[in-house]
Amino acid sequence: MDSAVPPLVEVVGATVRFQTETALSGVDFRMYPGEVHSLMGENGAGKSTLIKALTGALALDAGEVRLNGTPVRFRSPRDAQRAGIRTVYQEIDLLPNLSVAENIMLGREPRRYGAIDWTRVRSEARAALAELGLDIDPASQLSTHSLAVQQLVAIARALSTEVKVLVLDEPTSSLDLDEVAELFRVIRELKQRGVAILFVSHFLDQVYEICDRITVLRSGSLIGEYRIQELLRIDLVQKMLGRSPGEVTTRAPIAPAEKRAQTVLTGTGLTAKPGITNANIELVEGEVLGMAGLLGSGRTELARAITGVDRLDSGTLTVTATGGSPKTPREAIAHRVVYSPENRRTEGIIDRLSVEENIGLALQAQNGVLRRIPPARMRELAASWVEALGIRPADLDRPAGELSGGNQQKVMLARLLALSPRVLVLDEPTRGIDVGAKVDVQNLVGELADSGLSVVFISAELEEVLRVGHRVAILRDGVIVDTLASDGLTVDSLLALVAQPDENAE
Amino acid sequence: MKKLVKHRVFWPAAALVALLAVNAIARPAFLSITVQDGELYGSLISLLRNSAPLMLVALGMTIVIATRGIDLSVGAMMAVSGAVALTIIAESATPEAPEVIALAIGAGVIVTLIAGAWNGFLVAVLGIQPIIATLVLMLAGRGIALLITNGEITTVNSAPYKFMSQGYVLGFPFAFFVSIAAIVIVVLVQRRTALGMLTEAVGINPEASRLAGVRSRGIIWGAYAASGLLAGFAGILYSSNIMAADSNAAGNLIELDAILAVVLGGTSLMGGKFSIAGTVIGVFTIQTLKSTIVFLGVPSPVTPVFMAAVVIIVVVVQSPLLRGSALRAVRSVRGATNSNTTEVAK
Amino acid sequence: MTDLKTAATTPLGSVLAWLNTFRSRHASWIPVFAALLILVVMFGFAQWWFGNFLSPRLISALLLDNAFLLILAVGMTFVILTGGIDLSVGSVMAFTGILCASLVSQGVPAAIAVPLMILCGAGVGLLIGVLVHYFDVQPFIASLVGMFLARGLAFLVSLRSIDIEDQSILLLQSTRFKLGDWYITPTGIIALVVVIAGVLILQYTRFGRTIYAIGGNEQSARLMGLPVARTKILAYVISGICGGLAGLVLTAYQGSGYPLNGTGAELDTIAAVVIGGTLLTGGSGYVLGSMIGVFVYGTIAAFIAFLGAEQSWKRIIVGALLLVFVVVQRVIVTRSSRRS
Repeated sequence: MDSAVPPLVEVVGATVRFQTETALSGVDFRMYPGEVHSLMGENGAGKSTLIKALTGALALDAGEVRLNGTPVRFRSPRDAQRAGIRTVYQEIDLLPNLSVAENIMLGREPRRYGAIDWTRVRSEARAALAELGLDIDPASQLSTHSLAVQQLVAIARALSTEVKVLVLDEPTSSLDLDEVAELFRVIRELKQRGVAILFVSHFLDQVYEICDRITVLRSGSLIGEYRIQELLRIDLVQKMLGRSPGEVTTRAPIAPAEKRAQTVLTGTGLTAKPGITNANIELVEGEVLGMAGLLGSGRTELARAITGVDRLDSGTLTVTATGGSPKTPREAIAHRVVYSPENRRTEGIIDRLSVEENIGLALQAQNGVLRRIPPARMRELAASWVEALGIRPADLDRPAGELSGGNQQKVMLARLLALSPRVLVLDEPTRGIDVGAKVDVQNLVGELADSGLSVVFISAELEEVLRVGHRVAILRDGVIVDTLASDGLTVDSLLALVAQPDENAE
Repeated sequence: MKKLVKHRVFWPAAALVALLAVNAIARPAFLSITVQDGELYGSLISLLRNSAPLMLVALGMTIVIATRGIDLSVGAMMAVSGAVALTIIAESATPEAPEVIALAIGAGVIVTLIAGAWNGFLVAVLGIQPIIATLVLMLAGRGIALLITNGEITTVNSAPYKFMSQGYVLGFPFAFFVSIAAIVIVVLVQRRTALGMLTEAVGINPEASRLAGVRSRGIIWGAYAASGLLAGFAGILYSSNIMAADSNAAGNLIELDAILAVVLGGTSLMGGKFSIAGTVIGVFTIQTLKSTIVFLGVPSPVTPVFMAAVVIIVVVVQSPLLRGSALRAVRSVRGATNSNTTEVAK
Repeated sequence: MTDLKTAATTPLGSVLAWLNTFRSRHASWIPVFAALLILVVMFGFAQWWFGNFLSPRLISALLLDNAFLLILAVGMTFVILTGGIDLSVGSVMAFTGILCASLVSQGVPAAIAVPLMILCGAGVGLLIGVLVHYFDVQPFIASLVGMFLARGLAFLVSLRSIDIEDQSILLLQSTRFKLGDWYITPTGIIALVVVIAGVLILQYTRFGRTIYAIGGNEQSARLMGLPVARTKILAYVISGICGGLAGLVLTAYQGSGYPLNGTGAELDTIAAVVIGGTLLTGGSGYVLGSMIGVFVYGTIAAFIAFLGAEQSWKRIIVGALLLVFVVVQRVIVTRSSRRS
């Protein structure tokens, strides 16, 4: 399977823009028949955008998609399906209220005299399931099965028709070892049949086991396409996370915190399925704790657990100063433990409220409904934060949704800082922000720590984590495996720790 | 000038003015106001008086809609408060005594306040869809009202009670002052306390509000309780007008009128930012519309056809705009989710 | 992996295995059985209380008196299964009824008046469906529009009731096919035919399965390439057609058309459908369940009539029952979503 065989699917110069953001920029991608191709990249790299363009869910602003050499334009997922491109999404796109058999055959149920022939529906479904080695009752309701089984049913549905290109988006996230093995057996069979398979997964082991080719994306651009044998695991991770070229000058690396620093928050045995399992964490006054780990390692889950956003299944969380253990964001804020969400647009900023209202929101919520912050005070407060953080445009009445990503992040920070927190947990605060604003935020974090705040800084960019953090916690599979002083680490050594193959594979 | 046009209530106000103008041209008597015994009379004055029940209900509906909810029980609640109040008066030896009147009104609105709190409980705590939660009282409410009046239409003779809807103060109908009072109180509560902003936050983005520490539950609960309370007062006014507790007719179909008034005033059914001024304009628009239809000789039971037509027009006109902003919203959401779609194990 | 072939060697084991299979296949029938149980309990209680409740005459009357509600409930089931709601059905019933009465009293043959009235019902349903799907209007608003429209049109046709003289329509009600003390009228037959049609369509056609799919997850249904727009609109059209048929049945039953008919009937219909085990969130429910719900409703009404109590108790009890069902549905839904 080399360049002698023409690619089955080819994407050339794909560019997709959303308002101000460029999700994909001039990306080339190709898939060969009988090959398993993996698409790799961290969050925001553009993987899902590329997949959506390939499967007809999204239109390209520039570039084209070619099937067997001929340019095609998919106007809807249905077009792509008709062309033989089947997708199994990570969020199971099946109907939980219908039976397994019906889900597999929906839309093409065999009929007899105009009425659905249920016997044939069940028998054809059974055949499709058997191909995957699934021995479940086809007449059972889909929702009665585990997510893992539901995922396999989704795959069975995709396979039950003529498929030329199969896209699997995180297919193994809910599967155990046996189920993964079964899936891989099917994938190998499909390879024999000449099907081109796109395998997207953050489990590096699996990628290395089943894939033939890897394409790496970063920040919407193509980093490269490699044969699997040519790419070492560590090189892959390095390419995914990368070094950002053309750095703007920043502060000197922050001096490590004193050993005698006060503990501010402790968490022991924190478990929130399926994200974190038995994680321990300790936050110290005046220190920035960076959190590094690959996708799925549990960074966000841990952050949300210690700030009361998500419920804990078990474990204890204690805020040292008050002895409390917050179970809701409101309680956490009362204990002055605050969280800046990863999804600032959907969970952070309230887009139709003004900048001023967004900044004052949490403070007002703490004050309660009756004790309104006098409008003059609110204005003054908001204005001072806008100035301190350099929020542009400095228009307090502008709806926050109209601001750029960097400024929205600053508004979020202003809201949280207005609460005079003692613990500030920042989840990917610099993602999707321009370089200037990035540096502003990083410097701010350092200043905050200097003034006594305890900061948790989560980022996929290892450089940033090292630069900003005094210590770095390395996460894997929902646990902090190690916490090291950032002094002794380089980007390469951190990379190695983060990318280390799983000894205790599930 | 551009800023004036862009103001949220500009178009609703303009529509109202246009409607009034059309009426004034078609029947010049529309604008005439006569004075008799120090009391003002005329079509416009009747408008101010007759719009009071709808005004109260629509105010409550605005707040509920702002939290992304809806209250379908308001009509039934009107029937209940009227039934309670009139039963108390009817059974009293002194139906004209102020204490009795006060007790009657008080009891009537407390009952509907509790009913509203019940709705709030279903929605905010149990998480039941607002349509269904309030549908239960919409169904059972009139039955309860009928039970209170023992299946009859209780009538009373009480001048002070009648005063509320028929009486005049300073030349204007008393009912109009009730409207004004309600508007003023609602505006004060929403804008003088933090309730307005927090309600908008909850309606626009409940999850982000939760993360910011906003007490969404309490806010939603309060919205439904307020709606119940206001519907109670509306029911008192209505029963005062006919001096009877007619549980089948009270507040009949007022739900859609209220929803329409809110929508005409520029508040979106999707929740979030709301405008009391807009609702007020919406209420007057609907009343004027009804008056126009009656003037055109259309028998009043047929007016719903026109209301339906208006809703359709409003909805269709708003829709491409809705589509445009929905398109923009989808794009910005796509922009956000595209960077996060493959995040696993949430 | 789930393997249901657990060794069923003991009788208990095989019963448990059968129960397990049943639960995994037909969990959505359980609320229907609950409704059936309630119906049986009601019958039993009424029989014990009155002594002569369960007579062939009464049960036949149950179908006769509630035939129109049964037809409405079938249409409503279609709409609710897609996750929508139709508040116009009572008004559509009144409108089509008075329209028919008016036409017939003016000499239009019933053979033309009846299809016309059904067409009008379908028209209102089409309007609602278009508003819901193409203009993104929430179903209850769109159907409130339909309700207003139909009610106003009813009064436009006539402000007062109109008696029916046409024999062909009156015969629908007056003819009784007897079997001992049991009897059934053509209106009852129409109602049962509608029920059977509903069952067949929902269980054996792609259209019917698409209805369930839309209720399950509209986004997924669309991604799967199902004709979501067409199906959703058709659901409302079917509800409108049922409104028209119910209008015919009610008009025949009363012997006249009356513009104020069916006030509140939509709420009764929704209550019957929900009590019959259909989830308001869509995707789960059966026409047979709705039929049981209608009989529960009818039994409550009969019981109250027997008691000579206030009619208003009927709505209160139905409302309370509806509340219980909705809360229980909600608790079950939250519990199962937490599990997954």
